[in-house]
Amino acid sequence: MTPTEYEYLRKFLKDNSGLDLSADKQYLIESRLLPLARKAGLSGIAELVQKLQGGARQLITDVVEAMTTNETFFFRDKVPFDHFRDHIMPEIIKARAGRRSVRIWCAAGSTGQEPYSLAMSLKEMGAALTGWRVEIIATDLSQEVLEKAKAGIYSQFEVQRGLPIQMLMKYFKQTGETWQINPELRAMIQHRQLNLLHDFAQLGTFDVIFCRNVLIYFDQETKINIFNRLARQIEPDGFLVLGAAETVVGLTDTFRPIPERRGLYKPNDPRTAAAKPVLAGAAPRMAVMAGR
Amino acid sequence: MKTCLVVDDSSVVRKIARRILEGLEFEVTEAEDGSKALEICQRKLPDAVLLDWNMPVMDGFEFMGHMRRLPGGDEPKVVFCTTENNVAHIAQALSGGANEYIMKPFDKDIIADKFAEVGLIPVGQAMV
Repeated sequence: MTPTEYEYLRKFLKDNSGLDLSADKQYLIESRLLPLARKAGLSGIAELVQKLQGGARQLITDVVEAMTTNETFFFRDKVPFDHFRDHIMPEIIKARAGRRSVRIWCAAGSTGQEPYSLAMSLKEMGAALTGWRVEIIATDLSQEVLEKAKAGIYSQFEVQRGLPIQMLMKYFKQTGETWQINPELRAMIQHRQLNLLHDFAQLGTFDVIFCRNVLIYFDQETKINIFNRLARQIEPDGFLVLGAAETVVGLTDTFRPIPERRGLYKPNDPRTAAAKPVLAGAAPRMAVMAGR
Repeated sequence: MKTCLVVDDSSVVRKIARRILEGLEFEVTEAEDGSKALEICQRKLPDAVLLDWNMPVMDGFEFMGHMRRLPGGDEPKVVFCTTENNVAHIAQALSGGANEYIMKPFDKDIIADKFAEVGLIPVGQAMV
């Protein structure tokens, strides 16, 4: 791949998906896009770039989807789901005892493992949520990924990553070589296509937003913009959950970390939080957080 | 160092499992059937058993029943690792005292995830 082609793809991905690749991600592009180019009957990256420049619409969608990572498994990282069970939901159950409803958004729902993990956690809470209206909205950029999430069908390999065997037995049905999550859990989740770069105000406000392992692909300015818009979609006493290598610290004061609960954030009062970025010392602090 | 007994009649599977488990800092012993595994357990119980189902002489399920009745035999974590990939077998294993269940084929990530699940290794280690 020539430097010109790489620069073109970088800018193309930035403009179309917000994905912000650093200067040294040639291998990533090659590993994801070469198979795609071959499948499309093209000779390689050079011809792929030509087609993109010519505005081949289907190919543009395919490239964006192929480059947006979908590495995911059930109860990924475990800790956020422990927080969800032991901290977030007990507080919500107390605070919403009157209206008995909870709205949850998985902002990078991917192939469904995260929303279904949350659905299983909620089911495990049993009687505490009897009579509650529970809404889980799972969004993702990729239509292909959403279709998989909607079907809730996973390979034997996928159901063995992060999922305790008792949960597999309880919430899945085996069909030949694959496992499908029960209709009751599937019905708990609404799947929608959404690009986080675009307006998402129409989704309404949420008590809990899971937005994990997606912001790491965006540049600083885009991250700040997304955080500020997320802040408008979250209840004043709601929770934001980020990935282990992500933080708001040094980027925005619309959210604040909850001490001793890694990855958990609360919205600040908008009257006191400045919507503008806090840039001083941002980069080194990010690096420290990422290395923990 | 925690100990893990790998019970499988395939020497190739035992070798692969040994390599993975040693990478997770287990001291590994091997047995080629349930009967030999039981002899080892009668001398000293391991912390974990990675257990195949179908084996000559004594199968994995029968072995687990005998081992669980040994003094202290309820302590070891039993993780089945078998090609018996259906709900009936999984349910039978769990009600017979298994802690986790791996459907073959397996890899390092699956073993690490399942061992973390039953508390044999810290969760963080499974993520590496």
